[in-house]
Amino acid sequence: MKSYHFRILKSKIISVFLTLFAILSTVPFLLVLYFIIKNGISVINWEFLTSLPKPVGEPGGGILNAIVGTTILIIIALILAVPFGIFTGVFLAEKGDSKIAFLSRLVVEILQGVPSIVVGIIVYLWIVKPMGHFSALSGGVALGIMMLPVVIKSTEEILKLIPREIKEASLALGVPYYKTILKVVIPAGFSGILTGILAGTARIAGETAPLLFTAFGNPFLNFNILKPISAMPLLIFNYAVSPYEEWWAKAWGASCILVVFVLTLNIITRLISKR
Amino acid sequence: MTDIVLRTENLTASYDEHIVVKNVNLSIPRNSITAIMGPSGCGKTTLIRCFNRMHELSPKAKVEGKVILIEKNHQIEEIDVYSIDPMLVRRKIGMVFQKPNPFPTMSIYENVIAGYILNGIKLKKSEADEIVEETLKKVSLWDEVKDRLHKKGTFLSGGQQQRLCIARALAMKPDIILLDEPTSALDPVATLKIEELLEQLKDTVTIVIVTHNVGQAGRISDYVAFMYLGELIEYGPTDVVFTRPRHEKTEEFLSGKIG
Amino acid sequence: MLAEKLNKLKEKIVEQGNLVESMIEKSIRGLLTRDKALLIDVLQVDEPRANEMEIEIDEMCVNLIARFHPEAKDLRTIIMILKMNNDLERIGDMAVNISESALFLIERPQVKPLIDLPKMAEETIQMLKDSIDSFIKGDSNLAKNVCERDDIVDAYRDQILRELITYMISDPTTIERAIHIERISRNLERIADLATNIGEDVVYIVEGKVIKHGRYKETEQGGV
Repeated sequence: MKSYHFRILKSKIISVFLTLFAILSTVPFLLVLYFIIKNGISVINWEFLTSLPKPVGEPGGGILNAIVGTTILIIIALILAVPFGIFTGVFLAEKGDSKIAFLSRLVVEILQGVPSIVVGIIVYLWIVKPMGHFSALSGGVALGIMMLPVVIKSTEEILKLIPREIKEASLALGVPYYKTILKVVIPAGFSGILTGILAGTARIAGETAPLLFTAFGNPFLNFNILKPISAMPLLIFNYAVSPYEEWWAKAWGASCILVVFVLTLNIITRLISKR
Repeated sequence: MTDIVLRTENLTASYDEHIVVKNVNLSIPRNSITAIMGPSGCGKTTLIRCFNRMHELSPKAKVEGKVILIEKNHQIEEIDVYSIDPMLVRRKIGMVFQKPNPFPTMSIYENVIAGYILNGIKLKKSEADEIVEETLKKVSLWDEVKDRLHKKGTFLSGGQQQRLCIARALAMKPDIILLDEPTSALDPVATLKIEELLEQLKDTVTIVIVTHNVGQAGRISDYVAFMYLGELIEYGPTDVVFTRPRHEKTEEFLSGKIG
Repeated sequence: MLAEKLNKLKEKIVEQGNLVESMIEKSIRGLLTRDKALLIDVLQVDEPRANEMEIEIDEMCVNLIARFHPEAKDLRTIIMILKMNNDLERIGDMAVNISESALFLIERPQVKPLIDLPKMAEETIQMLKDSIDSFIKGDSNLAKNVCERDDIVDAYRDQILRELITYMISDPTTIERAIHIERISRNLERIADLATNIGEDVVYIVEGKVIKHGRYKETEQGGV
């Protein structure tokens, strides 16, 4: 009987430990969130969101250039990654046994593991060098490449979950294959694909490294995708490494906005995929 | 001479060199229920999937021999199923699957006319309404769903979903509908309802049903085919096959010794 | 599905019942009115028809059992119809026997005025009618009542036999004719027996109880 009670005690101790570690692992995140909000929230106001940076020493000024820049970069990345990603995902889900699928899956996995700064360098060689200057386009391409594996993987996985019967039902009604994919299979996996896209967006929103030699940054408002453009992470990076205290405050503010944005995307993703 | 709607000539089907249907010659009478029974893996599902050319969708699938569809409009017309567009074949020969599979993104209403929507066949609102009502009445689902036509089909019970799937096939006004073990995922009450329904439907459409359930074949079919190891062992009126089968294998299957 | 087909089967067996009933009725009427055509009709038209129906009903029963695996009351009904079918066909054969003897008798002078035989025939036909009615209505009381009336017909047969023996003893030339009359009464008596069987079958269908062979009184559920 002694050993019985000992066993119960042992299992209780272990379960307490596990719970403790689970709680502990959230501590770094909570700390990050705490500091960012504590330091950032005071900086954020309407002017901060809607005006351009002012030279050091002048009071006020904001990060509009970075917000617009990040938005444009994300849009370019989406335009590139979503169609490519979905079609590749459909291909992998449909023709998963073929040799091409095997290769392409391998490539996607490798791509996922490529360090983001390497992606930046590659895009620099592909686009920035031939063009002769930095541009929003090159930044968007770099982010698009980062996003691609996420969209491909999530599309493939979700489409594999769609029962084969649904597709067969459509084919059995005399619906051609391509229409079946476009009108039945993709809509059926829509929420899953959307989740993948949001998760991909969340992933690239905070990327700094690939933008260093592509989008480069720009203190002015820019809508031309062939010109350098600012982005939230770039701005945070530049401000944080500067010697000016007021820029540090602005970096905190920008960080706060970025974190809230990514957090919101993640929460939405969770909500959609739960349904 | 009975009125034949579909005839196979030396039909052989294989997956990846592995022959699953061997040299089948079968004639299906119009406006009747033909049951195809046999132990699992005997090729009965593959056989009917050859009728509407669904078999060839599987990788490495091959079909030899002929499937002839005989249409009777103003005159009798024999169509070699394998010489025309498979999409056209599948609109003439509908199919209902083992698991109820209404389109999850579509409402009940849209599911019924899914064949038109997905094929891009434009219907006037009044035409669509008429087809939906008429077809749902045929599968005795109208009264149960008429107040929630625009809700998703996936909210219905399994039996209702399966009747919706039958409606979806019927809406295309096919010559034949093929049912691949349509009640194997349903409870006994829902099964009975579908069986009764098929009995009523045979006036408007020819029904071919695959079943591994001897009882079901006995209850609903007019003709019954017994398949074993890919071969058509015996085929004839259900009354005859069930009481005095000619072949020993059929006898064994009916008495539960094989399968 | 089964219900529908079972109804068709019931209609068929009732049709068969009506047919053989009319055969008895025609053969007796043919005898009494000396109507040769009526008797020939029984032999040449009704009898083949009854045989055909018997086979048809047999097949229907076997098909229903093979295809629907009926249970409980449905099963009892089909099995009993199978037995009734057999009995009814036998009744048809007896009506043929009666017609044959009648054909012999109507060509010859009467042994004696037929008084008891028509009464006996009437009672027998009524028994058969009632047994079929009890089947149609599922009325087990009427069916039991049929079984009880078997004694009346038996009494008629004994009475007729006694009477015929006196005729035969007094005038040996009547023996051949008397034997034919006796044959008719014996067949009527057998028909009444078969009507009783049908009554017993109906009780089994309706109540699930066996009342044959003296189990009559044990009306409680026959446990072991």
